[in-house]
Amino acid sequence: MSLEASRVTFGYGGRKKQMILQDISLSLSPGERLGLKAPSGRGKTTLCRLLAGYEKPLSGQVLLDGVPLYKWRGACPVQMIWQHPETAVDPLLRLGDTLREAGPIDPKILERLHIEKAWMDRYPSELSGGELQRFCLARALQPTTEYLLCDEITAMLDLVTQAQIWKFLLQTAEKRGLGLLIVSHSDALLERVCTRVEELPEGM
Amino acid sequence: MNGRKGTLIFWGVASLILFCLVVIGLFVEEAATVTDFSRTNLPPSLQYPFGTDWMGRDMFQRTLAGLSLSIRIGLLTAAVSAAVAFVLGLCAATLGSRVDACISWCIDWVMGIPHILLVMLISIACGRGFTGVVVGVALSHWTSLARLVRGEILQLRQAPYMLAAEKLGVSRLKQAGRHVMPHVLPQFITGLVLLFPHAILHEASVTFLGFGLSSEQPAIGVILSESMRYLTTGKWWLALFPGLSLVFVVVLFSLLGDGLRRWLDPASAHR
Amino acid sequence: MEPILQIQHVSIDFTQYESRKGTSRRCLQVIRDLSLTLYPGQVMAVVGASGSGKSLLAHGILHILPYNSHMRGEILYNGEPLTKERAKRLRGREIVLIPQGVTYLDPLMKVGAQIRKGRRDEASRRMSREALGRYGLSPDTEDLYPFELSGGMARRVLIAAATVEKPRFVIADEPTPGLDTVSAGRILAHLREIADAGAGVLLITHDLELALRIADRVAVFYAGETIEDAAASDFADPSLLRHPFTKALWHAMPGHGFRTIAGAQPYPGTAERGCPFVSSCVDCVDKCREAEEIAPRYVRGGWVRCLRVQQDTTEAGTENGDLGEGMEE
Repeated sequence: MSLEASRVTFGYGGRKKQMILQDISLSLSPGERLGLKAPSGRGKTTLCRLLAGYEKPLSGQVLLDGVPLYKWRGACPVQMIWQHPETAVDPLLRLGDTLREAGPIDPKILERLHIEKAWMDRYPSELSGGELQRFCLARALQPTTEYLLCDEITAMLDLVTQAQIWKFLLQTAEKRGLGLLIVSHSDALLERVCTRVEELPEGM
Repeated sequence: MNGRKGTLIFWGVASLILFCLVVIGLFVEEAATVTDFSRTNLPPSLQYPFGTDWMGRDMFQRTLAGLSLSIRIGLLTAAVSAAVAFVLGLCAATLGSRVDACISWCIDWVMGIPHILLVMLISIACGRGFTGVVVGVALSHWTSLARLVRGEILQLRQAPYMLAAEKLGVSRLKQAGRHVMPHVLPQFITGLVLLFPHAILHEASVTFLGFGLSSEQPAIGVILSESMRYLTTGKWWLALFPGLSLVFVVVLFSLLGDGLRRWLDPASAHR
Repeated sequence: MEPILQIQHVSIDFTQYESRKGTSRRCLQVIRDLSLTLYPGQVMAVVGASGSGKSLLAHGILHILPYNSHMRGEILYNGEPLTKERAKRLRGREIVLIPQGVTYLDPLMKVGAQIRKGRRDEASRRMSREALGRYGLSPDTEDLYPFELSGGMARRVLIAAATVEKPRFVIADEPTPGLDTVSAGRILAHLREIADAGAGVLLITHDLELALRIADRVAVFYAGETIEDAAASDFADPSLLRHPFTKALWHAMPGHGFRTIAGAQPYPGTAERGCPFVSSCVDCVDKCREAEEIAPRYVRGGWVRCLRVQQDTTEAGTENGDLGEGMEE
């Protein structure tokens, strides 16, 4: 069972019709940690959105186990973690509700992510980015999850939090055989956490 | 005392005033139509604070009854308008691009015609009177609110937390209840409250111009248009007090809406 | 040399309503008792997690804080208090802010006009072309609208706009997020040039690794407090650092072992008393939890806010061992 993008082309409609991604192919197997690097503006986030099934490619396909991903209904085995956790949680919901949205979370995950009980009753505006990102991770780690797409998930956090989050992710990925796609601008980080690093080819 | 407590107190007082106006107006409706030719054309006094007209009717009672009717029509039309706006906005945002294009076109079309003209046309088509005014005002005031609902929902659908919920397998119904409603409802209610002053003013103007409520009804528009004939003969009180009271009610509603908006708007929420 | 900027015991509070519906307010102290001194020709980096209120510091210096925040303490510019009026007069000329991103450019105005601040005379045109050229942008850039710029170009335009008039004090607020390493490096090199030309640069960032590439001094923010103010060279070796959190930062770098510690950084203003780091610190004792206020101490040429670091420098070296053992492996 693998996550595969084959000859994917994507661009937003508009005057110039410029393609952001052209003919991109990529595959990710369980247990693999693929690092992706590219200069800014080359469509790394867009690729993540395609792989997560948020967008449908203009041509080419994103297949999970041979099935087009955007057709998936219900809990998706591919989950994306966003760079800015404060946009990925509903500002009007208490975090406990956000966390349990898709079902109960294994208390062990909460413990290992250092999520404190008191945070559950708070609103997102009362927690720091690092604390919110822990919630996003816990929420994404459903029992059905097989792939995580990490788009610069620690770029806005301090180094200690970054190390904590990656340590947790690496352990969890190892234990559950998750496939990770890791986008980061930091070569040192990619080198540290990935099993394989690829450069995204230029779109145009 | 902080800004929010002040707003809360203001709301309480303003709603109480408006509620009392409606109720008192209903009770004096009978008395307002009583003619008494022994007291015609009296200027304002302690006994008749707003004076009396050429048929000896008490202008204070007529004004109260008129305001009460205006507020009731305002509530009814604003509620109908808001319901139309909500349904159309929701459909435009969720049923795909074709439905969206169609509804957006309707919104632009209705917005393109001056309100007062549209209200008049619809009112005439519906045979004027109470039905005419209510249908006219209700069908012409939903557009901006529909656009607001549409925009808000479209924006929410692209919010990362909505996308995440979708991919986590949260059902559509649960998404709507948990994420969409709490965001849209406050905006919607603010829009609804801000619809009242418009609805009331348009009802009064259409009636004033003679395309709305019939002259037997104790409406502010009727009072004002009748008073025009007597203004030149120095009966200033016939127009001044009913006019001022109308302005008072409209301003009260619009302040209520503003307070609500300030409370809910993120840019000024902490004032 | 005279310092160009002195920040003395500055605190910034936020007044907020408890919740969206509530009527009771609370006060959040986002920056607590901050003191910094910046000299001309120096780059001072203020490093802290995102959302920790660092940007408020920039806005506080320029007196452009949002309506619900309040600043106490004193800021001296060139030895004289930087009052609201003075800040208003100087900002944009002597004191400039390089903001975070493209959203700070007017989307309806061409780049050239924005750099010249609307002036059309020949002298300003020459100056704006020079400024663009300094940052590797061609004169054609003047005729572009902000949406036609890439992220890196937009940052350079912002720097060009800020430095047209040769400022003496520059605040750069998160100038690099979203940029790849090469573009970020170029932006930082430009900031270094500005400092080398004699201006004081205050670099506000969450990225310690990038900051260390150009900074002379680094102030580390933790939960709204500057827990350490050290020379950038101290980061060459963890034994030169003073605060346990700074040491933990060092060890957490991907190139330095990627080690973690327990606990999470609290939201600024939530800790009521004591050291905000207690929940993660392996070295803390009762007095760390109970102290009303932990005043900065001067240790080996830097400032640190920790009761466990001896003001006397001779014993400080032994603390590394203790901290290292407590690290989660």
